[in-house]
Amino acid sequence: MIPASFTYKRAASVDEALDLAAEYGEDAKYLAGGHSLLPLMKLRLAAPEVIIDLGELHDLSFVADLGSRLAIGALTRHHDVEHSELLTRELPLLAHAAGQVGDPQVRHRGTIGGSVAHADPASDLPAVLLALDATVVARGTDGSREIPIGEFFQGLFETVLEPDELLTEIRVPKPAAGSRGWSFQKFTQRAIDWAIVGVAVQGGAVALINMAGTPLRAAAAEAALAGGAPPDGAAAHAAEGTSAASDIRASREYREHLARVLVSRALTEAASRT
Amino acid sequence: MKVDLTVNGKEITADVEDRMLLVHFLRDVADLTATNIGCDTTSCGACTVLFDGESVKSCTVLAAQASGHEITTVEGLASNGVMHPVQRAFHEQHGLQCGFCTPGMVMAIVSLLRENPHPTEEQVRAGLEGNLCRCTGYHNIVRAALAAAEVSS
Repeated sequence: MIPASFTYKRAASVDEALDLAAEYGEDAKYLAGGHSLLPLMKLRLAAPEVIIDLGELHDLSFVADLGSRLAIGALTRHHDVEHSELLTRELPLLAHAAGQVGDPQVRHRGTIGGSVAHADPASDLPAVLLALDATVVARGTDGSREIPIGEFFQGLFETVLEPDELLTEIRVPKPAAGSRGWSFQKFTQRAIDWAIVGVAVQGGAVALINMAGTPLRAAAAEAALAGGAPPDGAAAHAAEGTSAASDIRASREYREHLARVLVSRALTEAASRT
Repeated sequence: MKVDLTVNGKEITADVEDRMLLVHFLRDVADLTATNIGCDTTSCGACTVLFDGESVKSCTVLAAQASGHEITTVEGLASNGVMHPVQRAFHEQHGLQCGFCTPGMVMAIVSLLRENPHPTEEQVRAGLEGNLCRCTGYHNIVRAALAAAEVSS
């Protein structure tokens, strides 16, 4: 399979990437690791006229300690998130989950910013970052803005990013004492597949993968947990407020069942890690 | 567009379509046909090569993205006619049946052992998640990876 024809542009700096995006507008797509966009282009589900390759923007690949928060450059690959000593120590949920994305080859190319900007509700990291109350930093020609991740995802493959904006960084608060328990649960049929349903827990925050058009927090389960319910009692509410799809892999009812089971396991595991 | 790749230590400059995939560049431009196209959907790993020393699936990388970078295919592993330890281990442990997945398996294991020179069997199996063998010959492939790690230590 070969993508439809496009013009390839390689950005040498963030400014050049923004200039190219401004020049080509909605005809252009940013390419990071390419492991979400290129498969869609090969299937002709996406056919941008211009590709702006961000692959050489090495200054967007970093992990930094900002004191109360950690900053992760958008071009940081899953492999580098997985093996970052800083993240393994301060955000073990994120480091662990990055190591569960796809397979080693995918993790050598795929980036955290690409995964978030792509906004696939079946992807692992958007839900993980939702459980972590992350903030997305977007840069446009007029400067940068911070977007709480809870407001970032608008729908399937849809975010609040403007066409002339580039996701440059993700900032994550360090979990407070008492909220350090974490768990990541992912249910798949094949080793490298997307989650049929997945759950990320950090402290009392519970985020669901593939239970709606966007990643979402299991608010009813969180409220039950905050009210003192045990893991299985809180998990009984895990599917409330969700709108999971029925597809070839699972019915909506089965996904709702999985959400309850996985949230129960995740809360139990998280409680054992505090 | 003009691309300039180093493939198995040799610089190759070519004028290609912007949309050309790396695997097609390797097979059709560089004339290195050991790298197979299997699923063409980033699933099977048959097209695995090293990109700056790390395993990638060359069906999901543009030749343009690889411009200025170093690519290694299975043809680039042996030196002076002496097989790479991973190739030798595949030979000695009978790590292949039909052979279609083998170039990708070998490159995935070379990359795995660079990152983790002494993996456990479980780590080898997890490290090969992205490579499918439709002969289901995994047992000897894993054995070959462990034998190669042993030889290299």
